[in-house]
Amino acid sequence: MQLTNRSKQVSNKEMTLAEKMYLPAVISGLAITIRHFFRKKPTIQYPEVKKYLGPVYRGHHVLKRDEQGRERCTACGLCAVACPAEAISMVAAERQKGEEHLYREEKYAAVYEVNMVRCIFCGLCEEACPKQAVYLRHDRMVPVFQERDEFVYGKDKLVEKMDDRYIRPANSEVKATPTEPSLTRAAT
Amino acid sequence: MELPVLIAKGLIILVIFGITLLIATYSTYAERKVAAFLQDRIGPNRAGPWGLLQPIADAGKMFFKEDFIPSQASKWLFILGPCLAMLTALMSSAVIPFGDSIRFSWDNVNYNVNLQPIEINIGVLYIFGVVSLGVYGIMVGGWASNNKFSLLGAIRAASQNISYEIALGLSLIAILMMTGSLSLRAIIDEQASFFEWNIFTQPLGFVIFLTCAFAECNRTPFDLPECETELVGGYHTEYSSMKLGFYLFAEYINMFVSSAFISALYFGGFHYPFMDLVNGSLENSLGAVAGHNVATAIGFAVFFAKILFFIFFFMWVRWTLPRFRYDQLMNLGWKTFIPLSILNVVVTGAGLLYDFKYSTWLIATVMIVLAVMSMARAPKRQVVPQ
Repeated sequence: MQLTNRSKQVSNKEMTLAEKMYLPAVISGLAITIRHFFRKKPTIQYPEVKKYLGPVYRGHHVLKRDEQGRERCTACGLCAVACPAEAISMVAAERQKGEEHLYREEKYAAVYEVNMVRCIFCGLCEEACPKQAVYLRHDRMVPVFQERDEFVYGKDKLVEKMDDRYIRPANSEVKATPTEPSLTRAAT
Repeated sequence: MELPVLIAKGLIILVIFGITLLIATYSTYAERKVAAFLQDRIGPNRAGPWGLLQPIADAGKMFFKEDFIPSQASKWLFILGPCLAMLTALMSSAVIPFGDSIRFSWDNVNYNVNLQPIEINIGVLYIFGVVSLGVYGIMVGGWASNNKFSLLGAIRAASQNISYEIALGLSLIAILMMTGSLSLRAIIDEQASFFEWNIFTQPLGFVIFLTCAFAECNRTPFDLPECETELVGGYHTEYSSMKLGFYLFAEYINMFVSSAFISALYFGGFHYPFMDLVNGSLENSLGAVAGHNVATAIGFAVFFAKILFFIFFFMWVRWTLPRFRYDQLMNLGWKTFIPLSILNVVVTGAGLLYDFKYSTWLIATVMIVLAVMSMARAPKRQVVPQ
C-alpha cells in the first residue's frame, strides 16, 4: 500500500569509492546544519510572547454585563444543563428593589461558579445561553493555578469589569491584543 | 629562574588555567546553544541574560544532587576515577604555547617570558603521555563501579581510545619529521608564513588527526563510551552529582585541549596572515617593547579565536553526524586510519628527501581522482516507484 510518494527503494548496492571515503557526505551534512544555524527560529517565547489564536479560540469564561453595567445572566441554568462536564453551578436569587442598576432582569445568579478543573472549554455554555451572558474569551487563557482553592472561579473572577469589557470581533480579521499582563498568574 | 620571571610565569599559569576552566565551563552552555541553533531552537535563555548563568546553575544542581557510592564499589578507586580524568585533561594544557612572549624590564634588566606554562622541548611527547593516561580515568571509573555494564562501557572506551591514539600519533609523525623537533613552539614557528601552515602541507594528516582527536575526546560520532542506545550511560552509569560532573567537565577540557592542539599543529598557532607587517608597524609606532607586547596580545587573541572555532566545530559535527557502530569504529581506526597515516609518513619522508614540502598532496590528488572516477563509473542508483 502506498501512503506517500516519497518512499524509496532500499538498495544494498556496494558504495562507490567516493561514498566510502565519507568525507563528501560529511561535508554536505555540515553544510546543511550550518545553514540551519543561521536560520530564523520559529520558537515563540511563550509566557512573554503569546500568539494570537484566532477569534474562535475558547479561553477564559466571562459573564457579560450590558451597556449600563447590569449583569445579563438570569440564572436560567441552561448553561449548566448544556455543560457536558458539569462544571457550572449556580444559585438563583430574586432582584430586590433598588437593585435594578445591578441586574438586568428579576432573577439573577447570586452565585455562579465554574469549576476549572472540570471545564473542557467546549463552548456549549455560550451556545446554550439565551441571554448572551456567558462567553469564552478568545483573547485570554485561564491562568495556571497551583492551589486547590484556586480552581473554582466565582463571580469575582467571571463577571467582566466595565473598564475591560469583552468584545468578540465579528470580523475574523480583527486581531485583539494577544498579550495581557494578567495572564501570568491568577489575580487572587 | 629569576624572581621576576617566576612571578610572570606564575601569572601566566594562573591566567591560562583560569581561561581553560572558563572556556570549558562555558563550552557546556555553548554546546546547548549551538545544538539548539542547529536544530532551529533557541536553547537555554532563562538563567541570566541569554541564559549566560546556565553553567553556574548546572554546577549548583550537580553539587546538590545526592553523592552516591554503590555499596559494592571500591570506594577509593570510585573517587579516583573522575579525579584522574580531570587531572589528565588539565595537565595536557600545560605545554601549549598560547602566544609569543611578553617583554618587560625590572630593575633595568630586560626579560622575555614566553606565553607558555611549561617550556619543555618534548611538548608533543608530553601531551601524548598525559592524554594516554586519560584512559585510566575511564577504566578505573568503570571498574570501580562494580557494575558489569559500566565495565563493558569502560572496556569499549579504552579500546577505542587506544586504537585511535595510534593513528593520532602516526599522523603527527609527518609533522615532526618536517619540523625536526618535538617542541610545540618549534612546530608553531615553522608555520610562520601562511602557506606553510601544516593544513596546507599535510591535508591528509590533518583529516586523520582531526578524526582521531574526535575519537580521543569521546565526542560524537565516536561517543561510544556513553552511547545510550546500547549502554545506558556507559562507564559512568553509577556516577552521580559532581563526580559525574567531573567526567563531563573533563570531556570539555579535553575538547579545549584538542582544539588548542589542532590549531597549534595545523593552523599555525598564534600566527596569522600578514603577521610580520602588523608586528613591524606596531613596533614602529609603539616602540619595541610595547609593540611586541601588543603583537603578542593579538597573537594570543588569534590563537583563542582558532581554539573557539574548533570548539564550535566539535559541536557542529556532534549535531550533524550520527554515531558510528562499534565495528565500524574499529574498522575505521585500525583498517583505514593506521594504514593511511603510515602512507602519509612514507610520502612525507619521500618529499623531504627531495625537498618538496607539499608531497602529501599527491595522495590527496590521487584519492580525489579515484573517487571522481568511481563516481563516474558507478551506475546510477535506481529509484523504483512502487
